[in-house]
Amino acid sequence: MPTEASSPSISKEIKTVSGITVRLCGDSGDGMQLLGTQLTNTSALAGNDIATFPDFPAEIRAPRGTRAGVSGFQVQFASHEVHTPGDSLDALVAMNPAALVTNLADLVKGGLLIVNEDSFEDKDLKLAKLKVNPLDEPAMENYRLVKVPMTKLTKLAVAEFGMSTKEADRSKNFFAMGLVYWLYGRNMDATLRFIHGKFGEGKSVVAQANEKALRAGWAFGETIEALGTSYQVDAATVLKPGTYRNIIGNQAMAWGLLAAAQRSGKEVFYASYPITPASDILHELCKFKNFGVCTFQAEDEIAAMCSAIGASYGGQMAVTTSSGPGIALKTEAMGLALMLELPLLVIDVQRGGPSTGLPTKTEQSDLMQVMFGRNGEAPLPVLAAQSPADCFEIVQEAWMLATQLMLPVIVLSDGFIANGSEPWLIPDVSKLTPIPIVHPTESNNPDGAFMPYKRNELLARPWAIPGTEGLMHRVGGLEKEDGTGNISYDPDNHQKMVQIRAQKVANAAKLLPPQQVIGPQSGELLVLSWGGTYGSCLTAVQKAQEQGLSVALAHIRHLNPFPSNLGEIISRYHQVLIPELNMGQLRTLIRSRYLVDAVGYNKIKGKPFTVTELLEKITEMARTGNRIAQRTAS
Amino acid sequence: MSTVLPVLKADDFTSDQDIRWCPGCGDYSILAQMKKVLPEIGVPPEKTVFISGIGCSSRFPYYVNTYGIHSIHGRAPAVATGLKLTRPDLSVWVITGDGDSLSIGGNHFIHLLRRNVDLNIVMFNNRIYGLTKGQYSPTSVEGQITKSTPMGVVDHPINPISLAVGAEATFIARSVDSNIKHLASTLKRAAAHKGTSFVEVYQNCNVFNDGAFSYAQDKATRDDTTIELEHGKPMIFGKNKDRGLRLNGLSVEIVNLEDGKVKEDDLLFHDEKATSTLVYMLSRLRRPDFPEPIGVFRDVITETFEEAVLGQIKESIEQRGRGNLQKLFNSGETWKVGA
Ligand SMILES: Cc1ncc(C[n+]2csc(CCOP(=O)(O)OP(=O)(O)O)c2C)c(N)n1
Ligand code: SF4
Ligand SMILES: [Mg+2]
Repeated sequence: MPTEASSPSISKEIKTVSGITVRLCGDSGDGMQLLGTQLTNTSALAGNDIATFPDFPAEIRAPRGTRAGVSGFQVQFASHEVHTPGDSLDALVAMNPAALVTNLADLVKGGLLIVNEDSFEDKDLKLAKLKVNPLDEPAMENYRLVKVPMTKLTKLAVAEFGMSTKEADRSKNFFAMGLVYWLYGRNMDATLRFIHGKFGEGKSVVAQANEKALRAGWAFGETIEALGTSYQVDAATVLKPGTYRNIIGNQAMAWGLLAAAQRSGKEVFYASYPITPASDILHELCKFKNFGVCTFQAEDEIAAMCSAIGASYGGQMAVTTSSGPGIALKTEAMGLALMLELPLLVIDVQRGGPSTGLPTKTEQSDLMQVMFGRNGEAPLPVLAAQSPADCFEIVQEAWMLATQLMLPVIVLSDGFIANGSEPWLIPDVSKLTPIPIVHPTESNNPDGAFMPYKRNELLARPWAIPGTEGLMHRVGGLEKEDGTGNISYDPDNHQKMVQIRAQKVANAAKLLPPQQVIGPQSGELLVLSWGGTYGSCLTAVQKAQEQGLSVALAHIRHLNPFPSNLGEIISRYHQVLIPELNMGQLRTLIRSRYLVDAVGYNKIKGKPFTVTELLEKITEMARTGNRIAQRTAS
Repeated sequence: MSTVLPVLKADDFTSDQDIRWCPGCGDYSILAQMKKVLPEIGVPPEKTVFISGIGCSSRFPYYVNTYGIHSIHGRAPAVATGLKLTRPDLSVWVITGDGDSLSIGGNHFIHLLRRNVDLNIVMFNNRIYGLTKGQYSPTSVEGQITKSTPMGVVDHPINPISLAVGAEATFIARSVDSNIKHLASTLKRAAAHKGTSFVEVYQNCNVFNDGAFSYAQDKATRDDTTIELEHGKPMIFGKNKDRGLRLNGLSVEIVNLEDGKVKEDDLLFHDEKATSTLVYMLSRLRRPDFPEPIGVFRDVITETFEEAVLGQIKESIEQRGRGNLQKLFNSGETWKVGA
């Protein structure tokens, strides 16, 4: 355990700022994700509001030093509320030339650029396909460039441990971390605890070397002249009082499932086939066997989906997750689950498509797939998480719906919120309300055989489970007679059943809260957004409102059915803008449903929206709208 | 409810649904034998679940008054695995066809067997796609003329038993729809085995592949064309019990027992616990060169999938205590904000 003062005081000038956005980037083997996570947790512990954006290549170890192998982690921490990881960077730490050239465009003019100058040798430049050293380019004058010989300094710092050059080199991300910590006056305690927890208590050479490198990085900041100022970001006072922790989207999803299970008196049966960016939910849940969680890594997504059906028939809380390609495979079985009218959750953590697409990048392009990607008339409820912490809420909501209505419910997440993180107000578990579930023990038909498809007022059928005497029944994918569940090819019955299944989904709106609007309740422009773009859309709308523009935001979490008041809300604005990370999938739905001439703002680059680009579009529409309004008035 | 267990009858397992197989279909016989043995197995209807895929054979669950799922094509093993992992207390039967389990569902079939989920899978092998009206299946024989192979099948057929051996199934058996005594006893053996029990049943589709197994069905020929496997017994066949199987190096040969030159002791003795190499060899015995073995090829006991999976859950709870959500949420680094 550390004995020295964990964060020595800073002697240089300290400037207080309200928020900072930094990106740490380097080779995917350089430990940038670890560095970013530590900085995030430390900033969260300092009470800042935070939002993060880890961005990494699809290859596990892309060739060292190449542009393809660059891995980055961006974090915005602030004393005010933040909803995005930030558009442009106040500071960029680049561990090699490839990282520098692929990230420099996002650094603001006059921003701080810290590089590991030891990795700008000819061979490094060649790997990055550079003819001249970018550090010698005139463009560098636009930035406050600090060249740090990190490799050499780290080697010196850990010399006493007699490690090989290669081993010593592994500590250099901690050197960089120390420097960044000094720069923002971050407390090193949590990271020291992490180092000693992860790399071994007390005598572990690796742990000691990492601590030494971290401290050397800090000391370097304190000493060199190139860095004259250290920055301070105070704790955010806007957060609701309570106990917080940092939470990652996929982790929140897993924890939400545990909470949903506890609320409903069930245990989680979780079936999945590994796929980026959903696998971390499996990794997280398989740690919780002592919560009764049963995880099943199936032979493919079809088997995962089908085993969830089996588990649900048996009376358990069944969940399956995947990303777009795997959801495509689950399609047929999702139709079966819908016909069997069994409750279960299908979670789609979207990534760039089509086909294998961009496995590690974000996109919102599965909306149509989950809405309509099944044979026959096969609607299902679709909910979408809006932020990392919201994943915790949304799966519980989904499980409530699934069990109240007896049907599968789809939850959408995406790569951006799945890997991103934010502070999470830890809930009081004792205050979680129960999700009531009834398994009948007696026949619902005193005059004859049990009727598995006899419905309640929400059109839900009884969830009778095997082992219950007298309630034996068979379910299947063939069309069935309402009530008895017997196979039926009767034309009128089929139409009736199709309508019942559709109405059942529509009934979900009765169980969900109405749509909220942020901003004026009527006016010029309504921004309609969904899913992981919430943070950027909200921030852009707020900025537009600060400029006095008549703009409101309606962020939709319930995509099927739409909230019952959505149409009415839309009618209160002159224009509707729908920003999406796809070609306009929600827009198509909104246009056809509400016959409104909604305008799209669409980006398909595997990256989240920047606030700047959204604000530009919003401003343009709101201003044009105002001008037209003025003209018609005069 | 009284505490005395009522004696179960075949009728207790008969559902009120009209059976829609073609008259004369081999499926009727399999259903009849199943309904005969279910009461003998002694698991009550409410504790029994039949899960099927799609095909003529897969209509089966509608005809038994138990719990049941008529799922989608090829996926019954996966549905059943999910059910068994959550409800190990249930007795689960998977009913499937040769197309259902070996073509579209081949992947799930292999994984079911290698995992050794404790359930019984009965494959109705009619060497044809019945429900879709007569296309060839993965077990159709080379040269077979079907609706989709007017010039004859060119694929090499899958041998289901060999495949099961390859997947290291712990119980492997074969029977014939019309050999009702044998079929009934084989189903009972399957039910008794703990782990995945795989039974291939030669089933006549009298509409699209009539007579495919007549050699094994006809009383006149079946003693010569099949050989009944019996644990611990020498492998003898023929109407007059005059021929036997003997191991010669790494292959099996037919020997004549009439002239007394070969003694019973020289023959291959069937051993249900034998190494899979030997079981594999038996699975390769095919007409017309050899009689085709029927009966239990293999019956060994290893840990079942659900025992292993649920065992880890139990162990985790014992070691770490029952999980506490609040503790989990508050674990790691946390901080307090105001008020
Ligand atoms: C996804 C899908 N593809 C194709 C079919 C059509 N189909 C139904 S049953 C069947 C073949 C059934 O053959 P088998 O499993 O041998 O059963 P049998 O009818 O012979 O008992 C096919 C191709 C289907 N129902 N679903
Ligand atoms: S088509 Fe063949 S397998 Fe299907 S019911 Fe008719 S006879 Fe039986
Ligand atoms: Mg068949």
